[in-house]
Amino acid sequence: MSEKKIHFAVGCFILASCLALVLLVMQVAGFSFSRDQGSYTLLAKFDNIGGLKVRSPVKLGGVVVGRVEAITLDPDSYTPLVTLKMEQKYGYYPETSSLSILTAGLLGEQFIGLRPGFIDEDIELLADGDTIYDTKSALVLEDLIGQFLFSMQDKGKE
Amino acid sequence: MIDAIQQLGQRSISFVLRLGAAGTMLISALFTKPTLKWARLVLLQVYQLGVLSLPIIVVAGLFIGMVLGLQGYNVLINYGAEQSLGTMVALSLLRELGPVVTALLFAGRAGSALTAEVGLMKATEQLSSMEMMAVDPLKRIIAPRFWGGVLAMPMLAFMFSLIAIWGGSVVGVNWKGIDSGGFWSVMQASVDVKLDIVYGFIKSAVFAFVIVWVALYNGYYAKPSSAGISEATTRTVVNASLLVLALDFILTIFMYG
Amino acid sequence: MDHLVEVCGLHFARQQRVLFEDLNLTVRRGQITAILGPSGIGKTTLLKLIGGQLTPTQGDVLFAGQSVTHASRPALFKMRRKMGLLFQSGALFPELTVFENVAFPLREHTRLNERVLRTLVLMKLESVGLRGAQHLLATELSGGMARRVALARATALDPELMMYDEPFAGQDPISMGVLLKLIRDLNQSLGLTSIVVSHDVKEVLEIADYVYVLAEKKIIAEGSPQAIKINSDPRLIQFINGLPNGPVPFHYPVSDFAKDVMLS
Repeated sequence: MSEKKIHFAVGCFILASCLALVLLVMQVAGFSFSRDQGSYTLLAKFDNIGGLKVRSPVKLGGVVVGRVEAITLDPDSYTPLVTLKMEQKYGYYPETSSLSILTAGLLGEQFIGLRPGFIDEDIELLADGDTIYDTKSALVLEDLIGQFLFSMQDKGKE
Repeated sequence: MIDAIQQLGQRSISFVLRLGAAGTMLISALFTKPTLKWARLVLLQVYQLGVLSLPIIVVAGLFIGMVLGLQGYNVLINYGAEQSLGTMVALSLLRELGPVVTALLFAGRAGSALTAEVGLMKATEQLSSMEMMAVDPLKRIIAPRFWGGVLAMPMLAFMFSLIAIWGGSVVGVNWKGIDSGGFWSVMQASVDVKLDIVYGFIKSAVFAFVIVWVALYNGYYAKPSSAGISEATTRTVVNASLLVLALDFILTIFMYG
Repeated sequence: MDHLVEVCGLHFARQQRVLFEDLNLTVRRGQITAILGPSGIGKTTLLKLIGGQLTPTQGDVLFAGQSVTHASRPALFKMRRKMGLLFQSGALFPELTVFENVAFPLREHTRLNERVLRTLVLMKLESVGLRGAQHLLATELSGGMARRVALARATALDPELMMYDEPFAGQDPISMGVLLKLIRDLNQSLGLTSIVVSHDVKEVLEIADYVYVLAEKKIIAEGSPQAIKINSDPRLIQFINGLPNGPVPFHYPVSDFAKDVMLS
């Protein structure tokens, strides 16, 4: 085997593995370089985020319009602060829009449901960096059971 | 009882000694000035260890992908979740099977060859004669083989994963009739570049490092006899495979734990 | 500097077994120094100690006034460029041709262009009479030819010191004669200093300028070949004349035979 043939074979090998990597990234992971372009950030304050995680989807009528970018705690009010990365291609939402944390199925993953508000003349659209205050927290099963038991007790006393 | 403790002590001392020898070998082999000639030696090893391992990797990848597709389909269809087959195949391959199976095959195909080659060089005094010609065998023989192996194996793992995913899609889409759009889009929605592809790459790079290191150490310190070389070759395959599996567990804890 | 190699107070033990105790010898520049001794006495080990491949438990080896034992790795490799060692097995690279085997040290250490390299390699092969075998693979050579190719390779870098490890072992009379002549001629024409380690007494005494006889971990006699031949030490007489019985035991050190048999 001459050295040239070896170099050729190694060259083909490297090309093939690069191709494999590109195919894995594009085809299997569905990565597209345009994804990061055209997104903007919204902030939302919740009382309780339940089982929400980073990268959880933000859905509008079942369509994924954004994802959770980060979850932190607002140190002044001790409430969770969620950063959302919204896709620009779906446009902007009025400032009367509301968010609620929902669960897919009974025990499924939690996601944020976006309900767009009404649009009026003096209502502005949410821009990059704005905060949504109209939020509904996640339902925590333990709290619900606690409330249920409490009301049962009250009924028993009456 | 005292004998057992004494033996344990001796074993641990000899283990530390061997680890030290292996570490010294690695360090003195790695600190080499990269020259054009050195690059050519590395390239030759990429050929020996990578290109020549390609057939086994391709065939094994195809079969493993097809089996995954078939078994996954049979389970998922019970829950009406056969659309998730793509996700299952892709994630199990990228995160675990790709790096691990490639590493095991690589240890058997390339690791054993490395040990036998270097061991025979030692047994026939080629390494010794090289030293007397003022050529450092650690730099001339060990270092290019190390880098060749570390470069070649992650590439093999990529090809393995890709071919296996394709094999899974052949079974799922072409044979069992899952909708091809669903198969790929569900996969794309759940596979993450960093979490799955990059971490899989890190795993295979770590495995490659360990396999080549074990193989070269066993060859370089093989007893210079035919029995010694066969023993060293066996040890390479066994130790490297076990180390790969153990390291996989540890890495998985850190990455996905 | 008159002495190229000096071995001073060398002790060496390998796994409890002591091979050398307080060994002293010197090799003069330009001479052929022979080290004679029965098999298993550690003659090969001695060459490896001089080449720095083994480290003595005590004592020192000096090469051209520099310590081999305490040299750093780069310094040691620098010294080895001036040494050549002819291995008993030849230790050629089996996957390379004869030409490439001889070219190997030149390619590693020099940046000669292909034409100069070719001339040099063919010169070396011519000097051992194997220019015609340049395209053969190293595995296709007979033992004697392999040793001559190895000799060409060991001298490729024009060393100052050549060490021969049992150069005559297992050779037919003709190749033995060829090797004898080669060693003598190389020593003269290249101005080498040679160390020949061997148990072939007759041949070695023919070419050596100075002889050391090793037995029982130390040197038992030294001198010119003539002096060795007339030495009256009974161990020496036994060794030189090849007598089976004498003060040098035929057996590897062992307990009493009868005791061993009774035990089992």
